[in-house]
Amino acid sequence: MSNVFIALQTNEDTRQIIEAIVQDNPHAVVNEQPAMVKIDAEGKLVVRRETIEELIGRSYDLQELQVNLITMSGNLDQTDDEMILYWNA
Amino acid sequence: MAVAAVKEYNFPPADTVDKFHGAQLLYIGWEDHLMFCAPFAFPFPPTMRFGDILVGVLPGVYGYHPDFAQIDWAKAEWFKSGKPWQPDVEKSLAENGLKHKDVIRFRTPGLTGIKGSCS
Amino acid sequence: MDMQVAKKKLGLKERYAVMTRGLDWTPSYQKMEDIYPYMAYEGIKIHDWDKWEDPFRLTMDAYWKYQSEKERKLYSVLDAYIQSNGHLNVTDARYLNTVKLFVSGISPLEYVAHRGFAHAGRQFPGPGPRVACLMQSLDEIRHAQTQIHAVSNYNKYYNGMHDFHHAHDRVWFLSVPKSFFDDAITAGPFEFMVAIGFSFEYVLTNLLFVPFVSGAAYNGDMGTMTFGFSAQSDEARHMTLGLEVIKFILQQDPANVPIVQRWIDKWTWRGYRVLTLVAMMMDYMLPKRTMSWKEAWEVYFEQNGGALFKDLARYGITIPKCTEHIALEKDHLSHQAWSTFYNYAAATNFHTWMPDADEMEWLSAKYPESYDKYYRPRMEFWREEAAKGNRFYNKTLPMLCQTCQIPLVFTEPGDPTKICYREVDYKEDKYHFCSDHCKKIFEDEPEKYVQAWLPVHQIYQGNCFPEGTDPTVEGFDPLAAVIKYYHLEFGRDNLDFEGSEDQKNFAEWRGQATKNA
Repeated sequence: MSNVFIALQTNEDTRQIIEAIVQDNPHAVVNEQPAMVKIDAEGKLVVRRETIEELIGRSYDLQELQVNLITMSGNLDQTDDEMILYWNA
Repeated sequence: MAVAAVKEYNFPPADTVDKFHGAQLLYIGWEDHLMFCAPFAFPFPPTMRFGDILVGVLPGVYGYHPDFAQIDWAKAEWFKSGKPWQPDVEKSLAENGLKHKDVIRFRTPGLTGIKGSCS
Repeated sequence: MDMQVAKKKLGLKERYAVMTRGLDWTPSYQKMEDIYPYMAYEGIKIHDWDKWEDPFRLTMDAYWKYQSEKERKLYSVLDAYIQSNGHLNVTDARYLNTVKLFVSGISPLEYVAHRGFAHAGRQFPGPGPRVACLMQSLDEIRHAQTQIHAVSNYNKYYNGMHDFHHAHDRVWFLSVPKSFFDDAITAGPFEFMVAIGFSFEYVLTNLLFVPFVSGAAYNGDMGTMTFGFSAQSDEARHMTLGLEVIKFILQQDPANVPIVQRWIDKWTWRGYRVLTLVAMMMDYMLPKRTMSWKEAWEVYFEQNGGALFKDLARYGITIPKCTEHIALEKDHLSHQAWSTFYNYAAATNFHTWMPDADEMEWLSAKYPESYDKYYRPRMEFWREEAAKGNRFYNKTLPMLCQTCQIPLVFTEPGDPTKICYREVDYKEDKYHFCSDHCKKIFEDEPEKYVQAWLPVHQIYQGNCFPEGTDPTVEGFDPLAAVIKYYHLEFGRDNLDFEGSEDQKNFAEWRGQATKNA
């Protein structure tokens, strides 16, 4: 299965988001580049609202991610609770 | 195949020979000398003698290259649209069969650019 | 006393449904085809517009909220950057030439993209795509504006940017990105969406923005980094829209598949040719490199694009054939491009230079198959000649490709010693191309490309001199007249970086910033 990925700006908003992603996706590989962090994962990657909320200690709307998003790859499905990136083949 | 269009689609080409004030375009490339990044485009009158290009034009264009001074024009191999071709230096472009937007190249056997890199 | 009961907030899916469905009506006294006149002629068949869904489920209210937050962040950083004379913190003044290339080559395209998406949104009968196109259209004009604002700070100090839009419409190499986008917006709305929404945004944009912006960050350019990331934060949405467009069109009718495949083939190649500028920026123009062009291509196209096309195989779409050709060019593209700009440095709005010995080492390490064998000899020769005061300036105009408008600088696939020539006879005239792919694009729609505004031919027709110029007078200097027509100043905006006013000023100002004069 191919990799999906998400890339976020390196800043204080994203530090814990990245931590949450790594927690929820043990197969993900974090790749730090100048001013950005790219997270690759085989097949599927899930960003969970609850995990982020636990880490930042406040309620979080997954659409806030838009502000710090750089790029991503894969089919997307976003709900109130999860943002999922996946390949079908 | 034609352009998909909502109505008749018919516009004149931008580069017909009548737009070049009596000149026609000729493209010239020197094989194995890619220090000159691309072949050149020239507007020449069709009555121009072919030999005048070699003597009057190319030295100003290619003269920077150390190989240029060593060219023996008698041995140069010519190609038109990629096929072997023999120009007559005494005749005009038109008499040599050169038309608007024709492309010719020459190879200079033994000369292969800076340190043989085809540069 | 009444108890205030908190109203239950709508979930994301419900909110999206409410804000993007049922917003339109069925016309009673006008025909649908009169209201949406461009829906049929491209041959694409759509049966149910409601099947279109934005997987981000972004609605206009949320859009304004997050976009305004992005703007506030961006402008506070820009203010701080300008107030602290941030431009003096870039690695070295050569770096600034990437900014010049960006503002004259790319920012005007953002504006055209704004128009293109506004047009596509107007033409699509479904409210889902209309909303998505509206957002993207607003994003694109925001990008144009923020880029111009950010770069205007550099324009106060450095040359070549002062009339970037005038340059975009005239300068020979800027006709490459310009004609690319003109080709897209003069196509129908479906082709535009496949061209820009899918092929450019989804398949290629990572190669434009990520290396550019990451490169800016790495070279101390906080201004460009910030506008870049701010723009890029919209790109994830654009990419998603692009992918959804393709899936939606393909699912609607099997007859759409071959049409879409032809567009993907065409626009992947067209977009890749434009990225030639990015390739040389990455390998030659950034004083501190992030990754090579070849590495970026492998990560963002071969791996990521490979995954994408594997996923699209279920719809009958195959990876564009041109990718085989591109794979053969990846060892050569940036070197051939930089050589070209070094040749024609007298006619550009930015400076060029030869890499130093360390940089050549980096190039041979990144390109072990090609650099030392094919490119180092010419570059060392140029460097030696420049040191002797004999800097190479090619002043004869090159032959251009009728489709991509790039000079014929690319070599035969598999033979880096031979220029690739292709030609077609169409009606009364001959047309020339840099590759089989550009030739095929012409052959599919010759009536469109015979109209191309090729800068070299336009100069020879006498259309690129300032008004009132008489090219027949004794001693007429065509290059000088063309530079004037471009609104560039000879000796200041063009030529080698070595000895330029930018170089001199930067050194002097940086000295003032670190010493008490």
